[in-house]
Amino acid sequence: MIAIVDYGVGNLFSLKSSLDAIGVDACITSDEDVLRSADKIILPGVGAFRDAIAKLRESGLDRVVVEEAQNGKELMGICLGMQMLFEKSYEYGEWEGLGLLKGEIIPLKDFVPSELKIPHMGWNKLIFKKETPIFKYINDGDAVYFVHSYHAVGCDDSVCSTSEYGREVTAAVSLGNVHGCQFHPEKSGQVGLAILKAFCEKE
Amino acid sequence: MITKRIIPCLDVRDGRVVKGTNFKNLNDVSSPVDLAKYYSDNGADELVFYDITASAEGRRLFTDILTEVARTIFIPLTVGGGINTVDDFDRVLKCGADKVSVNSGAIRNPSLIPEAAKRYGDQCVVLSVDVARVDGVFRVFAKGGRENTGLEAIEWIKRGVANGAGEIVLNSIDTDGVKKGFDLEMLKAVSDAVSVPVIASGGAGCIQDFVTLFKTLPKVDAGLAASIFHFGEVQISDLKQTLAQNGILVR
Repeated sequence: MIAIVDYGVGNLFSLKSSLDAIGVDACITSDEDVLRSADKIILPGVGAFRDAIAKLRESGLDRVVVEEAQNGKELMGICLGMQMLFEKSYEYGEWEGLGLLKGEIIPLKDFVPSELKIPHMGWNKLIFKKETPIFKYINDGDAVYFVHSYHAVGCDDSVCSTSEYGREVTAAVSLGNVHGCQFHPEKSGQVGLAILKAFCEKE
Repeated sequence: MITKRIIPCLDVRDGRVVKGTNFKNLNDVSSPVDLAKYYSDNGADELVFYDITASAEGRRLFTDILTEVARTIFIPLTVGGGINTVDDFDRVLKCGADKVSVNSGAIRNPSLIPEAAKRYGDQCVVLSVDVARVDGVFRVFAKGGRENTGLEAIEWIKRGVANGAGEIVLNSIDTDGVKKGFDLEMLKAVSDAVSVPVIASGGAGCIQDFVTLFKTLPKVDAGLAASIFHFGEVQISDLKQTLAQNGILVR
């Protein structure tokens, strides 16, 4: 069973549907016991970092996610859920993340050339940086769907893929049992489903 | 870099796709779910569903269908038609839409774009504009292109972006249905005026029209069309292959 963490942020319908489509048993839950007994955890997220991390902490599930990941459970963060895995975010202030991965979240507008549009939105191609089990079924150069205005830096140890947007933007991270996609696998067609499938199958 | 997007648009009335189609391998060419899956499997980068229903019953049907589409395909979905309030945003987003397109609703209700952008983020709000030349001036038309609002189009679009519209769909009434190519002059005026993505709509008749669009106006992000895809005159896979051969980045 895959548990999708429901902490009141965003619409989880597409994510649940995409897991249904690949035949994975998944549930949307805010129940600590369900998270603890799940085989794997997916942490989604949209909107502003401050609001999302506050809601996750209010729910008390931040502690559960961190403990389960530290005990070796496979965890995937998606979009803002991926950003929350890091130590810190500089989105309208300075906010502490879950600290499961080394690095911090900074605005794209200070990173990519100023003539490029923010958010970085649309289909962009993955540039593989290191091997990762979550990319088992996809290829270097496959395109995925992004919508974001911030990204992770200082994450050399975990970055497994970037995308070129004036500069190389962090697209995905993977370190041991902790993974993250800045893009939306649930909106990235067959490539996205293949990433979810690889994550769900991972031993 | 971001690839150029190819977007089929499906008009839905009372639960069926309007405009005939002649696809092989598709048993029910007016089923929104089957057609959406066909496009998704064949390289569409995004789909636009336009609800042209007038009745409440039709609207409920549309919402059910949208849910079914969102359960079946996994590419971004934009929904338009009958979006007049923030509650309408809520209704279609809950069904799995990613973006919501406003047109006449934004003209009638000036606070619609800012309120929706505040609640759901700019990236969720698409401003769709029907524009025609009137005495040499680009004017905004409402009610499906039937009513001249008198609004100057570039000013209207700039105001929409300032209020939080994250993307513009520019439908040229002058080239729509003519199939002689996109309205490059109008598209240039709009894409020079705003910094959000601009989607070209109206006038595509063949593959070359898309090549010309992206070659002439590299700032335009996407091309949208309906009948040429629905009638099978242009296959998206062929279109993308030709774009790639012309050095245009596609998925």
